[in-house]
Amino acid sequence: MDSTVVTTEAENKVWGGGNEPMRASYGKMMMWFFIVSDALTFSGFLASYGFSRFKFIDSWPIADEVFTHVPFLHGQEHPMIYVAFMTFILIMSSVTMVLAVDAGHHMNKAKVTLYMFLTIIGGAIFVGSQAWEWATFIKGDYGAIQTKGGNILQFVNTEGHRVALGDFAVVGERDRVQHERKNGLWFTSESALPTYTLQEVVAGFEANPDLLVRTQVINEHGHKTVLSRSESLKQLKNNGLHVVEGANLHVNEYGTPLFADFFFFITGFHGFHVFSGVVINIIIFFNVILGTYERRGSYEMVEKVGLYWHFVDLVWVFVFTFFYLV
Amino acid sequence: MAHAHKLSILRGTVKFKSNTQKIWGVLILLTIVTAIEVILGIYKPEVLMGHILGMKILNWIFIILTIVKAYYITWDFMHMRDETASLRRMVVWTAVFLILYLIFILLQEGGYVEEVYSSGFIKFDF
Repeated sequence: MDSTVVTTEAENKVWGGGNEPMRASYGKMMMWFFIVSDALTFSGFLASYGFSRFKFIDSWPIADEVFTHVPFLHGQEHPMIYVAFMTFILIMSSVTMVLAVDAGHHMNKAKVTLYMFLTIIGGAIFVGSQAWEWATFIKGDYGAIQTKGGNILQFVNTEGHRVALGDFAVVGERDRVQHERKNGLWFTSESALPTYTLQEVVAGFEANPDLLVRTQVINEHGHKTVLSRSESLKQLKNNGLHVVEGANLHVNEYGTPLFADFFFFITGFHGFHVFSGVVINIIIFFNVILGTYERRGSYEMVEKVGLYWHFVDLVWVFVFTFFYLV
Repeated sequence: MAHAHKLSILRGTVKFKSNTQKIWGVLILLTIVTAIEVILGIYKPEVLMGHILGMKILNWIFIILTIVKAYYITWDFMHMRDETASLRRMVVWTAVFLILYLIFILLQEGGYVEEVYSSGFIKFDF
């Protein structure tokens, strides 16, 4: 009889809750499970990026030529600098987060508050930087011509420097206007027309004998192939179809539209994680100020949201490598 | 909860007196690794342009340095170093196995499609 009671008690202890397998609380272990599954989602994105890149290995855009902008430094080319700054901001906010967790272990409310605040600021700077990066990428800088086969023709001068469409296009008479919902075929519309038409670009190209066309194809030195003058004219006149300025989900002046699609998808999905991380951090921040965890006797909630925040940093480390470095 | 932190990194080469100190130490390490990546990324030394196992040496260096960074973020910022071995294996082995499998299969397929494009009789630029 006595022994039966003991067994029941022991069973209650195992199945009745409050048990901590692997010495991790329920919440922490579930956060780890979530992180593993989310890591697989991101791996899916990055691996499919790798798939498309391997598929177009000799015509993929060179990231150093795409992401060259730094705020306040107009017209200068500094590849890597801004994205390195963003990486550092995110690592720094990871450090303040882990310091907040550490202060929580010592039940130091003032320090947890301060470090959580700094983490939120870091996250906000990062999301803002990413928005700026998107805006710059969408706007584009030099403009290009898309061919019938969907390839991109860019323009360089004889020294190999890029030339913007606006620098040579000959603007003439235009009768083509943007199709709006109210005229022409009713209730259908089109997006804004490019600044220059194909004819204007071709005319400008013919008038400037020192211009050449640069294709998407990467040569054996790792640079994009520049065509001869006669080849350039031939390509432009026979295959030119649209003027492309900037990048969106359909066209991309830097090369294959897939590059832009993956850029928007992967950095967008990551940016969304950072954004939700900031929101969760703000909620926890107010809970800390209100003394919720002080009363609860444990700052484990800070630790759990910290795990998520570090994971966001971890993902960025990989995005940085595979989008900007490799 | 007991908060026994393991306070040494780099296999015990660098030891710290407190957890806070270790955090700053790891930050310095991560910053150095990132700086190396950025400098290599800007200058792209000609020596590292050779190919090993189908990829540039420089790209291998980037990937290895990234895994180093990922290790320290997980182990020290996410406190994986202080978790039980079973929790650590459950998370790391599962993720590593599935991700390696996914990468292998997709890159293999991507390389195959490229081969068909470049050496098969398919014209996609017209």
